[in-house]
This record gives sequence, C-alpha cells and structure tokens, in this order.
Amino acid sequence: MTTTAEPTTEPVTTRRPVLTVTDLTVVYETEQPFTAVRSASLQLHRGEILGLAGESGCGKTTLAYAVNRLHQPPARIASGSVVFHDREAGDIDLLGLKDEALRTFRWSQLSMVFQGAMNSLNPVRTIGYQLDDTLKAHVPPMTRAQRKERSAEVLTRVGVDPVRLRSYPHELSGGMRQRTMIAMAMLLQPQIMIMDEPTTALDVVVQREILREILRLRDELDFAVLFITHDLPLLLEIADRIAVMYRGEIVELETAQRLHAAAQHPYTRKLLGSFPSLTGERSDFVRSGRADEGFSA
Amino acid sequence: MTSVHVSDLTKDYRIRDGLKRRRLRAVDHVSFDLKPGRTVALVGESGSGKSTIAKLLTRLEHPTSGRIEVRQDDGSAVPNALYRRHVQMVFQDPFASLNPFHSVAHHIARPLRLHGRTQGAAATRAEVLSMLERVNLTPAADMADRRPHELSGGQRQRVAIARALAPGAQVLVADEPVSMLDVSIRLGVLNLLGRLQRESDLAVLYITHDLATARHFSDEILVLHHGRVVERGPADAVILDPHHDYTKLLALSAPDPNRVGAVVHSTAPDRESIDDSVCYDHDLGEWVPSGTQEAAA
Amino acid sequence: MSTSHSETPEPPVRDQADVPGEVLPDHEGGRLEPAAASAPIAPTGPGGPLAAPATAPVANPMPRGRRSLLPTMTPWLAVGLTLVVAIGLFGAFGPFFVGDPDAINDIGLSGPSGANLLGTTQTGQDVLSQLAFATRGSLQIGLLVGVMATVLSAFFGIYGAYLGGFADEAFSLLSNVFLVIPGLPLVIVISGFVPPEDRGLWTIALVLALTSWAASSRVLRAQTLSVRNRDYVAASQLAGERPWRVIAVEILPNLLPVLASQFVYAVIAAILGEAGLSFLGLGASNSSTLGTMLFYAQNGFALPLGAWWWFVPPGLIIALFGMGLSLINFSIDEIIDPKLKNARTSRRRLRRAAQEGR
Repeated sequence: MTTTAEPTTEPVTTRRPVLTVTDLTVVYETEQPFTAVRSASLQLHRGEILGLAGESGCGKTTLAYAVNRLHQPPARIASGSVVFHDREAGDIDLLGLKDEALRTFRWSQLSMVFQGAMNSLNPVRTIGYQLDDTLKAHVPPMTRAQRKERSAEVLTRVGVDPVRLRSYPHELSGGMRQRTMIAMAMLLQPQIMIMDEPTTALDVVVQREILREILRLRDELDFAVLFITHDLPLLLEIADRIAVMYRGEIVELETAQRLHAAAQHPYTRKLLGSFPSLTGERSDFVRSGRADEGFSA
Repeated sequence: MTSVHVSDLTKDYRIRDGLKRRRLRAVDHVSFDLKPGRTVALVGESGSGKSTIAKLLTRLEHPTSGRIEVRQDDGSAVPNALYRRHVQMVFQDPFASLNPFHSVAHHIARPLRLHGRTQGAAATRAEVLSMLERVNLTPAADMADRRPHELSGGQRQRVAIARALAPGAQVLVADEPVSMLDVSIRLGVLNLLGRLQRESDLAVLYITHDLATARHFSDEILVLHHGRVVERGPADAVILDPHHDYTKLLALSAPDPNRVGAVVHSTAPDRESIDDSVCYDHDLGEWVPSGTQEAAA
Repeated sequence: MSTSHSETPEPPVRDQADVPGEVLPDHEGGRLEPAAASAPIAPTGPGGPLAAPATAPVANPMPRGRRSLLPTMTPWLAVGLTLVVAIGLFGAFGPFFVGDPDAINDIGLSGPSGANLLGTTQTGQDVLSQLAFATRGSLQIGLLVGVMATVLSAFFGIYGAYLGGFADEAFSLLSNVFLVIPGLPLVIVISGFVPPEDRGLWTIALVLALTSWAASSRVLRAQTLSVRNRDYVAASQLAGERPWRVIAVEILPNLLPVLASQFVYAVIAAILGEAGLSFLGLGASNSSTLGTMLFYAQNGFALPLGAWWWFVPPGLIIALFGMGLSLINFSIDEIIDPKLKNARTSRRRLRRAAQEGR
C-alpha cells in the first residue's frame, strides 16, 4: 500500500500527473449532432482532488464517462486523447485500448462512484458477497481468506463496521451504502477515482462525514480524485483545483483559493454569486426589493 | 389577509413492520404562526417531518392531534369550503408537479375557474396571461400554450408558483421550491417569491434543508429534528448564534464559500448525543421542552 | 465497447441530463434566444464569449403537445397499420361487393377460378363472399369485446387505485379472482349451458369480455398507483378539483397509451378466443365469423381434400390481423417507455455513422 510521503504544502501541479485529457470532444449523434464536450483539456495529478463544477447539461457527466469510455450511444468521442500515466507501466492511451484491456483497466486503475450508486448495490446479495465478487473477478490469485480480509479492510477505511459484510443493502442507511460504494471503488487500489455527485442525494451532515472520509483516504492512499458536482462551495472546501464547465467547455481551471478570490470568467462569478453565504453579511439579493429576478444575481 | 396559527401539531403514521404495526411519529407537537408579509422557514434533513407539516397545512393529510387555525382579517375562521382559496402550495419537483399532458394555461386556468376568480373563456385567458407576466414568464401568450416539457426547470417552477397564487392564496407553503433547480437560477426563483410576497402581503412557510437560503429568505427559523422543533427564533439569531447541538451540526456541515480550504476538520457535535427533547427559543432566551413530554420524561 | 462487466457501473442515468433536448439550458424569464438570455453578463468575458454557440440545441425539434402521444412512424408500424386498415376495410365494405355467401351452387368443391376468385366450398358457396362476411363478424366481436373489456378494466383498475383503501382492496380481490379463472374452459362451459338459440353475438362477446378484463385491470391499477402519487395530482386536488375530474382530466390522459395497448390486446384475444369457440362449434349461432368458416372447413374435410383455398384465407386473415395489431402495439409501447425508442433511434444513427465511414 502506498503511504503518503509528499508534504501537503507542495504545489499540486508539480506532482506527477496520472491522467492527461487533451482536446477531448464528445458529440451526441442526434438529429442535429450536438457537441456535449468541446476540446476539454485537463490534467489530474497524483494525490490531487480536481473539482469539476457545472450545471445540468453542461457536459460534466459526459466528460467523466468519456474519460473512462463508459459513454453510451449516441455519444461518440469525436477527437482528442486521454492518456493514463501508470505508476509502473508508463503511459497508456485509453482511447486506443481494446475491449479486454479496457475492462481490466477500469476499476483496477480508475474507478467511479455515481450519485445514485448506493442504489446500484444488488439487493439480494450481502455487502460481503459483492465486495468478494469484485475481488474474485479482478484478482484471481487471491485466496478466500485474503479476499475477506481485504473486504473488511476497505470497509473499515470508509468508516463502516466490518460486521456489515454480512448485511444486505436494505439494512444500511443511504450514507452507509454510499460509503460501501466508495469502499468498492477503492477495493483494487485504483490510482484515479471519478466521483459524480457522490453526495448530492444525501443529507448535509452525512455528506460532510463522507467528504471528510474521502479527504482522509486521499491523504493516506494518495490517489487522485476527479470530483464532479454542481455545488461550488463544496468544491471550494475540498478541491485543490477546480475546473468550471459551461456549455461543454472548460471555461476556467484554477486553484480553489484563486478561483474564490479572483474568478476570471463571468460564468464562474455568477456561479459563485448563486450561493448565499451562511455566515456572511445579509446580502441584498434576497428580500430587499431591489433584487433582480432574472439571469444575473 | 390571512394568518395561520398552528399549535401542538402532531402526526403519526402507522407502518407495517413484518406482522407488527408500529407507530411512527413524524411530527411531534409543533407550533408556529404564519403572518401576512412574513416568512417562516422550517429547516431539517430528510425525515425530519418538514414535508409532513406541508401536507398537513395544505390538508393533503389530516393531523393526529393539534390544531391548524386559519383566520381572515376580521378574526373569523376560514370556512372549510374556502380553505384552498387561502392556503396553497409550491411543490419541490417542478418536473413532477405539472401534468405533462396539459398546457401551461390549463394549470393556471383551472384554479381560476374553480375558485370563481374569472368568468368565461376570454376573461380566464386574460387572467392567465397576466399571472404569467407576474411570474416573469414572457411572452405570456407563447408560454401559455406550451407544455411542461418545453420549459426549463426554473420556468416550470414559475408556472407552479402562478398556479398556487391563482386561487388568490394568501398563505403559501413552499416545499423546497428551489432544491431541484440549477444553482444559477435558484436565487431568481427565490427573489420572485420574495417580490410576490411583498406585492400581495403573503404569509410564506419556506421548507428547506439549506440553512443559507433559509437565513436570507426568512424572518424566523424553526429547526426540526425527528419531528420536533429543537431551535427557533429570528433567522440571523438561529444561524449566527446556534444553541442546540443539532443546529450547530447543521451549520458546520453546510458548505460555505467563506470557509475556503478550511474544510472539513471541524469539531462538529456528535450526532448520537443530540437531545431533541429540548428546544432553544431565541425569543424567550431560554430552553423549553419540545415534543411529547411523556417520552422526554 | 463492452460494458457487460459485472463491476462496471450501471449505464449512466444522469447521462440523460446531458443529452440535448432532454434538458434545455435554462433561459430565465422566458427569453427564448440564448444570446438574449445571457445578455446581463458581459458577452465577451476574459474566458471567451458566453453567448451560446451557434450549435446550441435550443431549436431541437421536439414533438409538441398531444403529438407526443402519437407513435413515430416506423416501417413496422406502417406494416401493422396497413394490415389492420386493409383487413378492416375488407370487413367493413367487402360484403357490399360480393355475392350471397349462402347461395348454394352445384359446382361443388372447386379451386379458385375467374368466377369464384377464392374457389368454392363443398356446397359450392363462394369462399370470397364468405370470407368478407366472416371478417366483418370477427371484427365486430373483436371490437365489442375490446371496448367492454377495456371499460371493465378501466373502471376496476383506475377507479379502485384512485380511491385506495378498502375499495382498492375489494376491486383488486375481484380482479384477482377473475384472473385465476381459466378463460377458455369457462367460456366453453358457459357457451355449452346457453342454448344455441340464445347464443347470439352479444352473449359470446359478453362472456369473452368477462373472462379477459382482469389482467389489464392489474396493469392499469399499477400504472394508476404510480400516476396518482405524482405531485401534479396532489396539486390538482389542492386546486380543489373534484375526484372524477382528477381521474378524467389529470390521470386518464397519462394512461391513454396503456389503455390503447390494453385495448389492442383485448381485440386480438377476443378474435382468437371467438375463433377458438366457433371452431369448437360453440360460437355465436346465426353469425358467421372466421372461426365458423374454419369450423365448416374442418367438417367439410378441407384438409384431407387439399382444399387450401377454403381454410388458408380465414386462417391467414386471423394471423395477419393479429400481427398487424401486435406491430401497432409495439409502437405504442415506445410511447409508454421512451427508452425503447431512444434505443432504436440511436442504433439507427450509429449504423448510419458507421456507413458514412467517419
């Protein structure tokens, strides 16, 4: 297991990159072809949490799926490249991988957690069975005992008691199920985790607990996280860098501090302005009577 | 003008648990007043009973015990037959609250006709258009003939607001009216509600899980936990000076753009130790008992 | 690409939201042009213009209004409609153009010829005239049973589910009882008890309707339960709508595709059921249907005599009519579950893209 060695003060961009996306364009082949992602470029570094912010329809989910080639027709990658920089094996062109290679790559090197993932656990199998099944499929040499030990270990890591291995999904709360999905995503120690609105369906308190867990795991295991959400304040708190997507384009990519202090793009500023501050001044925009109800806030 | 006085509102649900029947107390002795021109916010997580209160107030469900008194200006109680002319509701999900089969005009025209606000097709049509203009859906004539799926989420929610106001409602229950909308348009819809409230001196019950908008949008906040009010008082006092552990936990859990990088490693109160048998009342400046007192004893 | 792997996450549900046309970019205040919508923001920010690119999918053509309730035209639907309309026209107007089906001719059993396009039966009756009248009879039964069964299932399924509570329990108990009654044997028993002189078209239709409404009542009940819990039903109750109006105006339109599909199934089942009964000699007396034609063909030893012109046409009409209705039903299914349609259209587009050799 990799342990954290790098000091957190080191600027993220000088670390070794694990994933480079260059000029990725995804087109939906509908009646009128529609470019959902337009020349998106980003680089994900080891141990980094890169936030991807945007609203519904901006293409952030399409981008995430395309990176892992999980996009479904009519989506089609029109151009660009996705390169994974493996710790051992060097650079791998993800878009060029054949089916079998892609399958082994997924989950073992790059895993995903979805918004509704907690509902995609098989209801008639125990948590333990489902973790075990994943290990069996990807790491055949592991013995039964080793698999069990590893399953218990990942559950403990995400803060779920290993006795839950014998539980069925419906016996767990939503938060626990989502933690279990995160455990499943890190089961094979992937170098990258893509999380698409992993906490949106959860209550704020549970959301906070899970975010704390993700940060702690990142510090311990040093994987990179691509964190997709519409919730910019949340990203400002947990992400190292933030990419803002608007109508299929990444309009701004900046460190969290700089984005908050001096956002360049008007859309970013608008997004930032959309979240009233909990503790700050009571601002003018609500209830003052001078407010604009239209597009600008 | 209409005001609402809610006292000791309690709602039990009977749920089947295997062969046994259990009683679940969703709302536990909740009291509050809605006055013209003022907004009361109910804040809580899912399962806190806040949506049940909305259903009780709009008479979609009947309370187990407690009273909801709706009074007109002269102090007389609103007769049952006219209840829905006075109390209306905006639902959370604008994609589910409009019938996909009917035009926008239908949704607003029906309550107008049902409550005798307009006579004849031409007058109804004119009133529908003027309602649409009130909620900033222009050009109204074009909007009126559209069907819900041709509108965006924010536009649908505006139709829902117009529908709620069509009977001439003086009391508006807004159940998470913006939580399903894209962040950049949430404030616009809240501002609209604020303006309509000022124009018509509406009493508004704003139900939300979002502390920040509760603070900016309402005058008074009630924090709900397990169906009980655990803290109540003027909006700023509750948010900026929380007394109850649960309110503190909620406030610490909410993402706040002013806490960039500060994250997550805060000392939040432990969820297990929360005592919801007491409530801090900022107006009285002291702790008062909350919920069923036999249970608390 | 392979997504069949057991750990591969489910196909993206949220992905739908990124598909243009499903969720349009939100243009507040009802402004239609994307450029106007974003006007309050400086259109030339440092990060590039915010105004929508020319390809923004705002003008994405969507079926407007009630048009969305109609199935999209596909080759299969066209085939189905053609079959059903052609057979329907034949049944409706055919009898006016053919001779007397009962006229006995002394030429006996003879194959197709200029005088008798589809040959004659054992007693020299013209098969084409018989076919025209029989088709009319079968269609009458089918339509009658279809309407009756649909009304019954709609009443018990929709009304029960809307009322909920005791009424729902009672209604679904009733439909469950009818569901487990084996249809054809019961029909045979009932038909056997009713003396042939009383066994008219209406009796047979009623018996068939009574034994066939239960299944679609279950389907409608399930659909109603899901629709009645939607917010817009609560909203219309909140507006003060009366229950019958909530059912008729708010709930029923959203069940129309399901109702249509159940109706089509009922028609198919009725025609087949009636054909079965008549073939057994238990059909409506003094009426002529495709089933009775087959019954007489069987009794007249058409098969051993190799008189294919006698039994193939009625059999073929039953089969083609059933096939046509089924094809129509598949198209209705696409309205009920748009995912079926999306899957079909995207398959087609990918094929086209592959052909263009992109």
